[in-house]
This record gives sequence, structure tokens and C-alpha cells, in this order.
Amino acid sequence: MEHLFKASLVLMYQGMGAIFTVIFLLYLILLLFTKLFSRNSE
Amino acid sequence: MSFLLDGILATSWQHIVMYVIGALLIYLAIAKKLEPGLLLPIGFGAILVNIPFSGAMNTILPNIGEVHGILQWLFEVGIEASEAMPLLLFIGIGAMIDFGPLLSNPRLILFGAAAQFGIFATISVATLMGFSLTDAAAIGIIGAADGPTTILVSQIFKSQYMGAIAVAAYSYMALVPIIQPLAIKLVTTKKERAIKMPYNPKEVSRMARLLFPIVVTMVAGYVAPASVSLVGLLMFGNLIRESEVLGSLSESAQHVLTNLITLVLGITISSTMVAENFVRLETFLILILGLIAFVFDSIAGVLFAKLLNLFSKRKINPMVGAAGISAFPMSARVIQRLGQEADPHNHLLMHAVGANVAGQIASVVAGGVILGLVPSLL
Repeated sequence: MEHLFKASLVLMYQGMGAIFTVIFLLYLILLLFTKLFSRNSE
Repeated sequence: MSFLLDGILATSWQHIVMYVIGALLIYLAIAKKLEPGLLLPIGFGAILVNIPFSGAMNTILPNIGEVHGILQWLFEVGIEASEAMPLLLFIGIGAMIDFGPLLSNPRLILFGAAAQFGIFATISVATLMGFSLTDAAAIGIIGAADGPTTILVSQIFKSQYMGAIAVAAYSYMALVPIIQPLAIKLVTTKKERAIKMPYNPKEVSRMARLLFPIVVTMVAGYVAPASVSLVGLLMFGNLIRESEVLGSLSESAQHVLTNLITLVLGITISSTMVAENFVRLETFLILILGLIAFVFDSIAGVLFAKLLNLFSKRKINPMVGAAGISAFPMSARVIQRLGQEADPHNHLLMHAVGANVAGQIASVVAGGVILGLVPSLL
């Protein structure tokens, strides 16, 4: 059980890391979108 | 004529419990309108598959051999063999989502990531309760607040608790208006809940709307390849919507496709609710763990918003963070209601909708990440 719990903590650290990496990249791209495409819409 | 009594004689107390559970789910669906599209078929199916020698499941007839049952066949073909049902449902969901509020306020996307924490916290608690890592992951994904993702992950990990997990996922999604206010009030003050956020939406260009689903698929695919089938079909549905040249396909995806799959998905899931597999202590534990997942999701979203407020001039109402779960649009409505309870002039709906659609993206990414990571930890 202790082994499984440790594995779950590794999963938590790696999983949240991966999710935040994807979402943060998307955040940066969305910021870029607002710069790139805001002029077009005006 | 003794065969007329075979069914009655084969009925066990576990079958009776399943009839009661089935009736309860039907009651909740009809009388309380809790996720009726799923809970009603699941409830009826729970009764159907637990009638002794039910022809809805594969059965063995004396001197004939095995005879296929429709529900078991639907499960084997539509879920077990290809996960087609939950995946195709994503096309319809993607076609329904308007990412406009998110595109006009990009920082809301961060809440989608934070509100997935409940998944991982629940996985850890589940391992402490004695579940295997794959079963714990399948249980934790209830915290994605996203039925199709939950079904998909529990199926790919071949979890024996799939029926209980699906029931917990859809039940708690329906109970978001009850669960989230309790969790949010645990970690916020009335003053924080009254924080106003001005809504000045920027116009979102058509090009941004068209590129968004493609870019999301590419980014998620490269960082978490296992999420491609989930994210890809969700974004495919959204691209059909935003293309504006496939109006009838978009309409079909939003209504016909979604309705057809929903119609058979619930009753197909019920084929996993056979009494011997369902009436046991683990089912009760899964219901508790599902609740933990939703509570931790909401709390993590709120705390993340408070963290951002430490570095931001424009204060965020921390409740908006809790809308980062995928339960759309119930969660956004809950935040709007709580905001108005704290201050009747507080309008948080569009901010919460932005965080809520971010949760839709993050929950499928979370599903893909778990599918990719768990096998390497076994």
C-alpha cells in the first residue's frame, strides 16, 4: 500500500505538471492570439 | 411448469438492492431532474440486467450454448472494443462549446488546470484505501467532472468498478449546485465572494476561433499524446461549429449525434451494474471518493485564484477558480448565484463560463495525461 501511495504522489506531481504545462502553453498562445488578431477585428 | 419459478427462486437480496438503486436513479432523474439523460437509462438498465437469467446480458441456454444479450453486446462493441461511444460524444460536446469567453479573457484558462487537482488527491486517498493504481486512477478521474472522460479512462484501465464510477460521476455532476457552495464557503469569506470583476469582453476574431481548436489539439498532442483522441474529437466538433460552413453537420453533432449516443450510453453502462459486481463495500467507498474529488477540485480552484490575486492588480473573485471544473454550465451558474448572494450587484457569470470551458479542455487533457502516465508507474 505504501508503494502504491508513493506512486500516486509521483502521478500527482507529474500529472499536474503536465496539465499545467499544456494549459500554460495554451495561455501563452491565447495571449498571442489577442495581440495578433485584435487589430483584424477592429 | 417449475421453470416459471426459476427467476423468483434465483432472486437474491443483492438483486433486490439493485432494483432499489435502479428505482432511486429513475426517481432522481424524473422527480429531481438530476442528469436525466444518463441517470434514467442507467437506473432502468440496472433493473434490466439484474433480472435473473436476463436476456439483456449474455446467457447460457441448456443444450443451446451462449446467447448474446443486447446490452452486453453494446458494451463490448461500443465501449470495450473501441471506446467509440464516449469518444464520439466528444464531437457533439465540442460542437456545443463557445470558447469566446475564454478567448476574450485568456487567463481564465489557468483555472481549468488548477481545478483538476481533486483527481490526483483522490487517487492518493484511493490507494490508501487499498485500491490498485489503475482502479484508483479510474476512480480519481471522477474529479474530471466529465462523464465521457471518466467512462473512457475506467474502460481503458479495465476497472472492475466501471458501473459504480459512472454512477458516481454523473450523480455528483448533477449535485454540483449542492456540493460546490459547501466546498467554496469552506475556503472563502463573504468579502471575498463579493469581489466584483468588470466584464469588458474583447471582440474575438474569426481567425482566432478557427485556429484555437487546431492549436489546442497540436499542443495537447505533443505534450500528452495519449490525450489526442479525447482532445482531438472535442476540438474537431468545435472546428465544425466555428467553420460556419458546416451548419447542418454542426447542428447534427450538437443534437442528433449527442442524443443518439446519450440514449444508448447510459443503458449500455448499466450492463456493468450486475449485482455481484455492484453490491459491495467498494461501491460505497467509490461514492465517498467521488465526493472527495469534487470537493478538492473546487477548493484547489479557489485557492489557485487566491494565489493569483497575490500577484495581480485586477483582483479575481476566488469563486471563479472553482468553475474550472468541467461540469458545464452548472458550475458557472453556481458561481453566479453565490456571487449575487454575497452582493446582489455582483455579476460573475461570463467569467465563470470562461473558467468552465477551460475546465472542459483541462479535464480531457487530464484524462489523457493519466492514460499516459499510469502505465509507466505500474
